Amino acid sequence: MKIRAQIGKVLNLDKCIGCHTCSVTCKQVWTNRDGVEYAWFNNVESKPGVGFPQQWENQELWHGGWQLGKGESLRPKIGGKWRILSKIFANPNLPQLDDYYEPFDFDYAALQNEKSEQVVTSVRPYSRITGQVMDKIEKGPNWEESLGTEFKQRSRDYNFRNIEKEIYGQFENSFLMFLPRLCEHCLNPTCVASCPSGSIYKREEDGIVLVDQEKCRGWRMCVSGCPYKKIYYNWHTGKSEKCVFCYPRIESGQPTVCSETCVGRIRYLGVMLYDADKIETAAATKNPEDAYQEQLDLFLNPHDPAVIEQARRDGISEAWIEAAQRSPVYRMIKEWKIAFPLHPEYRTLPMVWYIPPLSPIQEAASAGSLETLNGIPDINSLRIPVQYLANMLTAGDEVPVKAALNCLLALRAYMRRFQIENVRDTTLLQTTGLSEQQIQDMYRLLAIANYEDRF
Amino acid sequence: MSQLIDRLLFFKKYHGKFANGHGVNTDESRAWEDVYRSRWESEKIVRSTHGVNCTGSCSWKIYVKSGLVTWETQQTDYPRTRPDMPNHEPRGCPRGASYSWYLYSSNRIRYPLVRKRLVELWREKRKALDAVTAWGAIQNDPVSRKSYQAQRGLGGFVRVSWEEANELIAAANIHTIKKWGPDRLVGFSPIPAMSMLSYAAGTRYLSLLGGTCLSFYDWYCDLPPASPQTFGDQTDVPESLDWYNSGYLLVWGSNVSMTRTPDAHFYTEARYRGAKSVVIAPDYVEVAKFADLWLHPRQGTDSALALAMAHVILREFYLERQVPYFQDYATRYTDLPFLVILESAANGQKPGRLLRAADLADERYQTTEADWKPLVWDHAQSCPAMPRGSAGFRWEKEGKWNLEPFDAVTGAPLTPALSLAESGEKATVLFPYFGGDGRFGLNEAEPVHARNVPVRSITLKTGEKLQCATVFDLMVAHYGLSADRAEWPDYESNVPGTPAWQEAITGVPRDRCLAVARGFARNAEATQGRSMVILGAGLNHWYNMDMTYRAILNMLMLCGCIGQNGGGWAHYVGQEKLRPSAGWGPVAFAGDWGGPPRRMNGTSFFYAHTDQWRYEQVTPQAQLSPLASAVKWPRTVLDCNIAAERMGWLPSAPQLAVNPLSLGKTARESGQDPASYVKEALLSGSATLACEDPDAPENWPRNMFVWRSNLLGASGKGHEYFMKHLLGAPSNVMNEDSEQRPEFAKWHEQAPEGKLDLLTTIDFRMSTTAMFSDVVLPTATWYEKSDLNTSDMHTFIHPLQAAVDPAWEARTDWSIFRGLAEAFQRLAQGHLAEETDVVLSPLQKDTPAELAQPYGGLDWQADQGGHVPGKTMPQIAVVTRRYDEVYDRYITLGPVLENKGNADHGLQWDTTEEVQELKQTHPSVSRKYPERSSLFKDTDAVETVLILAPETNGAVSARSWKSLSEKTGRDLSHRLGGREGDRVTFADIVIQPRQVINSPVWSGVSSTQEAYTANWLNVHEYVPWRTLTGRLQFYQDHPWLRDFGETFATYKPPIETYSTPEALGSAHDNGNPVISLNFLTPHQKWGIHSTYAENLIMLTLGRGGPVVWISEKDAERLEIVDNDWVEAFNRNGTLVARAVVSQRIPSGAAFMYHAAERTANVPGSEITGKRAGIHNSVTRVVMKPTHMVGGYAHLSWSFNYYGPVGSNRDEFIFLRKMNEVNWFDTDDKRLG
Repeated sequence: MKIRAQIGKVLNLDKCIGCHTCSVTCKQVWTNRDGVEYAWFNNVESKPGVGFPQQWENQELWHGGWQLGKGESLRPKIGGKWRILSKIFANPNLPQLDDYYEPFDFDYAALQNEKSEQVVTSVRPYSRITGQVMDKIEKGPNWEESLGTEFKQRSRDYNFRNIEKEIYGQFENSFLMFLPRLCEHCLNPTCVASCPSGSIYKREEDGIVLVDQEKCRGWRMCVSGCPYKKIYYNWHTGKSEKCVFCYPRIESGQPTVCSETCVGRIRYLGVMLYDADKIETAAATKNPEDAYQEQLDLFLNPHDPAVIEQARRDGISEAWIEAAQRSPVYRMIKEWKIAFPLHPEYRTLPMVWYIPPLSPIQEAASAGSLETLNGIPDINSLRIPVQYLANMLTAGDEVPVKAALNCLLALRAYMRRFQIENVRDTTLLQTTGLSEQQIQDMYRLLAIANYEDRF
Repeated sequence: MSQLIDRLLFFKKYHGKFANGHGVNTDESRAWEDVYRSRWESEKIVRSTHGVNCTGSCSWKIYVKSGLVTWETQQTDYPRTRPDMPNHEPRGCPRGASYSWYLYSSNRIRYPLVRKRLVELWREKRKALDAVTAWGAIQNDPVSRKSYQAQRGLGGFVRVSWEEANELIAAANIHTIKKWGPDRLVGFSPIPAMSMLSYAAGTRYLSLLGGTCLSFYDWYCDLPPASPQTFGDQTDVPESLDWYNSGYLLVWGSNVSMTRTPDAHFYTEARYRGAKSVVIAPDYVEVAKFADLWLHPRQGTDSALALAMAHVILREFYLERQVPYFQDYATRYTDLPFLVILESAANGQKPGRLLRAADLADERYQTTEADWKPLVWDHAQSCPAMPRGSAGFRWEKEGKWNLEPFDAVTGAPLTPALSLAESGEKATVLFPYFGGDGRFGLNEAEPVHARNVPVRSITLKTGEKLQCATVFDLMVAHYGLSADRAEWPDYESNVPGTPAWQEAITGVPRDRCLAVARGFARNAEATQGRSMVILGAGLNHWYNMDMTYRAILNMLMLCGCIGQNGGGWAHYVGQEKLRPSAGWGPVAFAGDWGGPPRRMNGTSFFYAHTDQWRYEQVTPQAQLSPLASAVKWPRTVLDCNIAAERMGWLPSAPQLAVNPLSLGKTARESGQDPASYVKEALLSGSATLACEDPDAPENWPRNMFVWRSNLLGASGKGHEYFMKHLLGAPSNVMNEDSEQRPEFAKWHEQAPEGKLDLLTTIDFRMSTTAMFSDVVLPTATWYEKSDLNTSDMHTFIHPLQAAVDPAWEARTDWSIFRGLAEAFQRLAQGHLAEETDVVLSPLQKDTPAELAQPYGGLDWQADQGGHVPGKTMPQIAVVTRRYDEVYDRYITLGPVLENKGNADHGLQWDTTEEVQELKQTHPSVSRKYPERSSLFKDTDAVETVLILAPETNGAVSARSWKSLSEKTGRDLSHRLGGREGDRVTFADIVIQPRQVINSPVWSGVSSTQEAYTANWLNVHEYVPWRTLTGRLQFYQDHPWLRDFGETFATYKPPIETYSTPEALGSAHDNGNPVISLNFLTPHQKWGIHSTYAENLIMLTLGRGGPVVWISEKDAERLEIVDNDWVEAFNRNGTLVARAVVSQRIPSGAAFMYHAAERTANVPGSEITGKRAGIHNSVTRVVMKPTHMVGGYAHLSWSFNYYGPVGSNRDEFIFLRKMNEVNWFDTDDKRLG
């Protein structure tokens, strides 16, 4: 056993309002400069949709993440080291500008021109890359906002696999969820493995994955290797950049910018202890559907005396052990099992996890569905197909996702009974396997969600 | 370790492997990590907020590095709520987070700019003439005047000095006052709460001159007329924290997760507390993702759904079974037990006005204001009785203005009967039905419905014997139920009021309607009223919005939700809650130097002066109830407004068709009282009201200031009419004069174009309004000035603070208007000095004048009735203007507050102490008034507001509570919550947001333990609502509302605006399919109104310019694919945008989120060949006459309180794909 500590993150998608404040504050702090105009260390996607860059989830297209090679050994999907080096000058798996968007600007100063015009003035967009006027803005980092674009286009969404999707394109059966995304600071990052220059590393003390801006040579293999497409090539400096998990803030005890500025209060940060020696085994699990459970098993109980002892031996400070013990992330991931990794089938062991969202009852559900579960709808009547969420969060396994949604509904039903009738009806919790105390803790964390409890 | 050493240590850098050799540890240098650390560093962090009309009022950290603002993130240090409620941090949104972009962007206005043609004329004339004469010379020459007006919007700005700009503007102001009158100066600035001193700067300047300040809340259509109608209050609502207390949340026509970004978490979190939620919207709106159930009624038909829900509630919770809590609430707090006189009509009777004390012979009822004391039926005594608390008690000093359940005459306990069913007497009462007439959402039925209603016969003092019914019994009948259970329709039958009936209109399945109605009411029963409706623009921006709002309010009132935490109506459209209003009012409208100020309702003003009335197709007559007589009705909508102005219901601007200064002068010279002189002149016809001839040059508005606003690019409904008539700029109007001719207004065959001599805009960014202005002045951004900001959504008061000095030549608004005052005072010499002004004011709400017209009103001109200013006519006041002291008065707090005290919402208190203290802490810098206190700097003004306001000064609050205690006869001082010694100063709020102190100016109280909710004092302290009955009003008995069939909330389909005649569509055929769609303009995600709309970060997250959302089905019909260029047009004008095709949008409607600017990414119109317009290019405002009513208790005008609202969602457009997109390019295409 080799215990490491990492700052992990959970986003409660059930509370995400899709406001993009996280994206903007992040953009302002880290990437409002030449060369990374198009780079969004944090972005928010409207789902269903193909996302940003387009179709990033489809690894048949991009070959990001890991795969099991001969002898079931783990290797990057873009190929091993030698293959990477052989493709170094013509990387076929690299998203092009069109897959992102052409960053634009406007010559606003023209509105204050001294010259009189023949028609009312209005400025045109120009490319921030070529400086040329653009006939039409065709793409953006958030083109599909709130179900914008025809369903036919958006339903190329990889998470629709194995779903009869046509009915979800109908007005009445619309569903919408938001997916805020940032670097996953994976336990098993493909970007690190893909870098020919050895310039990407995962910090031992907190697990933050960084691209050394002095060593990077701009080969962009990391861009291909990362299945989340969260490394961006800075065309101005010629180096790749990525989310730094706001380490200058983390180091001084402050939450990341995207976390602190999250107006929906959906983001939680906390220390996770894990067994670094088991990474390879977990990532190399044979069946992708087991990847979630395998990763879950890596996480160690910070209250277990043996774990504490080993952690001390492995150089983890008391403060970090304490932080792990009061980690909201640990409770949501490990104790309550309401949060899940994003696409565990990529085998990168990502460390930004998500609580799946509830949704309104289906159009076809009877009005009576509103009245089940003490007035809170039943899990089987929800509008977002569970399979869709499972494809996103558990490599297709519906069981854990259903259990999590059930927890949220039971929490609501229990609290409703308590608030309105002052009755602590624990029968409503039976299907969750959680204790009344755990449900009350969950309520505090999800609903009251105080600053000091989130971070 | 350097990289070089790293290399040298190449063979040693690995120091361990893990995970079966899959991972390695290295020992390389990480010194490079300082790169990002130094990027994060900043020199200082300053607290400020965003002065934008969003209701957010969020506290932000502004980061400064090397003297420049780098970025902003939210503060997280709000005072905490109680332990079992969520807290406020981190309030903010992506738009606010992108604000710092503006400071140094190329769209920032850096210097004063003047239209080149104008500056040439000015400099030419100035060579020989003094400034005022020079301006006059330009104006007197029609060619030169036209020459710069025609350039509006066409670029051609030159940089001038502040001195030159100030002189030009001041000279224009002086010339205008001299030649036309001070009320020809107008100013438009909205929503003071968002930066209240910046607002006050301009209105103070204008008010000292006698200029006109335009209202905005009604013009924006954010004012819900249902609120004054029901509550007698402009709008008072729960703070967003209170959503968390709710057990059942209907989110109806309000997209809170998108438009109330910082508040939305209280909603999402309430679900975990067990709240149920239903989202009702025509589209799969963002907020629907949080609902348990999404209902999607056809847009604009929501009142039918609400009526059917209340039908179910009445039947199941009032008639089949009585809920004690509901019964008690309805009896104590609503007008349901009040008696209504039935009037005879063909084939039955119809509901008339409320029975008043003055109607009865009983001598005990012959008290003061007996006309305003309506009666109930006392169950115990079996006779009519007079409850306390109605409007008639409000201005008496007997302490009976309260809701205690006692007979006002005998003092005996009162038991008002909700129903008169026990009488055994019944009458046939007729109710109008409107559901068969309109543009869509129709369900035809008989125009008049007869129902049996229990009644009592009552003999009036005239000897006449009449039948009366209670409001409750009438309402039951109105909702399709009646006294006879056998007559009740079942839910499945298509009878007006039933769930099946609404299904035919809205498309919402009847079982869903039923389930929600029951769920809502059951929750309210179980929780004593903790059912809430969050509602907004999606409902309020329609012509018949008051019907929808009232239909929903009825559900809340029936379920006892109003005034209860976690319950009630939560209307959030516009940041209208200026918490320290009593401290701010005198500063803003120069009340410290005397008044009254000239305040005008924006909607009527723009309707008249952009000549939208000339194109009017809608008539009042066509909208009347089948039970009303059309004979007495004014002919046109404009005529209704003119009648309202004549009767003193509504204000006028300009007021008189002559210069009021010359009238004042003549009166004074002839030794007469100017007020009676003007009255006589009006009656004799020697003076007329300007509203009777809006197109005559002497009645045009001449100088206009726009600040803190983008009137033309955001709120200017009928944009193209503004362009054409007000500005004389290029326009896309495709409309022609209507065939209607007003009866009270003069018709000019040739409509004027270019009424404004001077349009001055003050902004930090080049907005659409700035682009069309003659003078553009650069103002400080929200990170460069000191100001105050409050909101409905929380009870804190926030500062705006200067993180850095104003960049380039920008100045704060306070200093800009101070500079103008200085130039004015200097240049006025020899032109204006001490003058006598005559000011007309309407019968103002919350003053005794609100009791002017107990039975409706007489038009002194049409009816030859009594001619009493303040009773049947506007009030006439004489104001001495000191044009020679404008600057000295601007920078000094005047003497009126010491002499007369301060007042708000009808309460009054002494404030001498505070004025004395200000003299010590902020001594005057005026040479003329050295003994007074200073308003020289923005911070002086801020502190003055804070010390004068009850909400920020506990001692003042104590006095205001005393005033309310005296009025109500109930000691309410405990509601101050022990904060008598508390003060909130600017220094305090800079450290941390502070909660305001409870004050009786507002209808609720809050504390760290409980959230603010509106109407709390009414329900828990028996303070009357400021309505006719003193209660929540289900029933409106004013004759105009009766004629409109709006005594009760009813269903009125969206109106036909006649903007899309088929001929127009075919006349502009471009070969592509064309269809007409309902044009909706909800609030957007990437801006707050138009602010941020051209901000590059927001444009990037949006689609980089204007877009129109359409459904997939309509796109298919139109052969449009996502991102195609489309043109939307109708008679009003045309706009070009790209299409967003989405399954989320219902077929039949187009959504163009309000408000993209015209300044970026707008090509030419295929139809007009000119630059295409904006969302408001295809709208035109249609006013509803019922909103013009005044002098009638709660239905009385006051600024932004009541008055016609600028609705625009009934509008239709033609939409089609474009073939050619014209950019009018001449230049090299390389720009970057």
